[in-house]
Amino acid sequence: MTFFTRAVRSQAGASAAAALLAIVAVTFVVMAAGYDVSRAAAALWDGSFGSAYSFFSGTLQRATPLIIVGLAVAVAFKAGVLNIGAEGQLLSGAAATITAGLAMSGWPAWLSIPLELLAGMVAGAVWAGIAAVLKRRFGVLEVISTLMLNFVALFGVSYLVHGPLQEPTHTYPETLRLAASARLPLVVPGQQLHLGFVLAIALGVAAHWYIRSTAGGFRLRVAGEGPLAAASAGRVKVDQVLFGAFLASGAIAGLGGAVQVTGVTYKLYELISPGYGYTAIAVALLARLSPFGVIIAGVFFGGLEAGGAGMQRDAGVPAGFVYVIEALVILGVLAVDRARTLAAERAPRVMGETEV
Amino acid sequence: MSGGATAAFLESGMRFATPLAYAALGELVVERAGVINIGLEGAIIGGAFGALVFAGAGSVALGFVGAAAAGTLVATLFAFFVVTLRTDQIITGTALSMLGLGLTGTLYRTIYGSSGASLHTPTISPVAVPVLSAIPIVGPALFDQPVVTYALYAIVPLLACWFYRSSAGLALRAVGEHPEAALGAGISPARVQWAAILFGGAMGGIAGGTLVLAQVGTFAEGMSAGRGFIAIAIVVLGRWSPLGVAVAAVVFGAASALQTLAQATGWSMPYQLPLAFPYLLTLVLLATARARTAAPSALGKRLP
Repeated sequence: MTFFTRAVRSQAGASAAAALLAIVAVTFVVMAAGYDVSRAAAALWDGSFGSAYSFFSGTLQRATPLIIVGLAVAVAFKAGVLNIGAEGQLLSGAAATITAGLAMSGWPAWLSIPLELLAGMVAGAVWAGIAAVLKRRFGVLEVISTLMLNFVALFGVSYLVHGPLQEPTHTYPETLRLAASARLPLVVPGQQLHLGFVLAIALGVAAHWYIRSTAGGFRLRVAGEGPLAAASAGRVKVDQVLFGAFLASGAIAGLGGAVQVTGVTYKLYELISPGYGYTAIAVALLARLSPFGVIIAGVFFGGLEAGGAGMQRDAGVPAGFVYVIEALVILGVLAVDRARTLAAERAPRVMGETEV
Repeated sequence: MSGGATAAFLESGMRFATPLAYAALGELVVERAGVINIGLEGAIIGGAFGALVFAGAGSVALGFVGAAAAGTLVATLFAFFVVTLRTDQIITGTALSMLGLGLTGTLYRTIYGSSGASLHTPTISPVAVPVLSAIPIVGPALFDQPVVTYALYAIVPLLACWFYRSSAGLALRAVGEHPEAALGAGISPARVQWAAILFGGAMGGIAGGTLVLAQVGTFAEGMSAGRGFIAIAIVVLGRWSPLGVAVAAVVFGAASALQTLAQATGWSMPYQLPLAFPYLLTLVLLATARARTAAPSALGKRLP
């Protein structure tokens, strides 16, 4: 137990302990449900990291939106903004990107692709902006407002693909496909991995640098630690910082939607996101809101989703089981966090120790 | 709209509103204790699955018992994390929604095969109240419904009485407004929140049971279809009072019915508009001062 408590005192150790707890629980559930554990595990591995194809075209492709949207959630949570509306922001970003991409059909790629991504970011920021204004002006709890806006965005996308943006034959509830020049280029020969993954990594590095090393990042962290910290740091306008973090979070989530439609689906339809905005909460949490952590956690969850498809194919374990794994990871993190707090409260205080 | 069409519209609005009202009244009690349970979706889908398992083994009544038990089970996990371990309510709730949806889907395919073959449970049919159900226009909506809907006519006033006239109701509201003061008055906030969350889970489970046993007659993966989140909106729209929540549930139910009507009659209006309308209404209402002051002060905060 001492080993366990010591291990979980480090951030990375805590995440690993949570993942371990989740794996134990998952194994138990798979066994209880009567599946062959070794076969399921082999299928999970083969489908996620077992071959170049499953790694690049499966795991990393699925990790891309999770990393980007995970960063969106991390930025908001870091500032203390409980933005659970990344799903809606992603959807509005996807819709704006497709609208822009179809309108710019025939334009050169170097011009249309950046403009498409920009459209997605602006739309995501605007969608988050509604909740941000409601919070700042009227004190509306962002948890409730962003949740409402997720539904409105879903109905909005549904309206667009049944109405103004529907493909010309009016047969399918989806838009036309983007022209080749409006799609993100693929980056690994022979694989489905697109430039969005590179963008996701770059964004993670940029977010890490911004939060660590800039005055804005400092204000963000201070605002997230509560009014007391903000007051003692002096002249941090918490309202303003929260507002900015909210918009930035929305823009990043919108980029997640933009990357998904320009890199993977090439068109808009209702079920464009299988809940990336919600899974991203698990990603950000497992990463302790650290941008580098989000990259690792995103690849971990991307691997789970890719491997989940493999488990269904090869071992008959239903694909919905991935949600069980994700939920158990979140609960594992929460439980381990609690153990950390308790251990810290019980441990004797040593002068100069900075353990929290 | 003709009288007959109006009556049919109201009747289907009430049908849509019934599971929403159960889930929202449960969530209301939870929120008045200062806890926001985003994991309600998990309790509803759990209840739907429990209804399938138990009704298949016995009767409709047993199905409802199973539904309430399954909802309570999900809520137990939520209460343990949120109240006993003091974890973040939003994150825990998100996890439990995922867990409920994922686990029921997995169990359904494991137990009943991956074909997704239609399994039919016994259902309860509407019972027309003599005389009253013959009232023009509103009669069928109010008095030609299954028993679960009639039960709400008793639950809403009882809950209102309990909230405002009993010491237990006062304790509940005290915990939601100011847990430290409640503690000072000899009330255990943790115990009150545990009880409220379990009640909310049972009601969420019954909401899921209603979907299976009074409406669809079978289970489908993800059939809760966001009703847990809708219930949270209903509590806001109903300004955290039992009667308000009941009315708000009918508003959301009517919006769903309007959508079906719009599609059936081929209105030129996009059918997504009535669906989005209650959410927009909730957002606008949230911006008004009256809604904000109605919210329990300690909503979403961890116990000290």
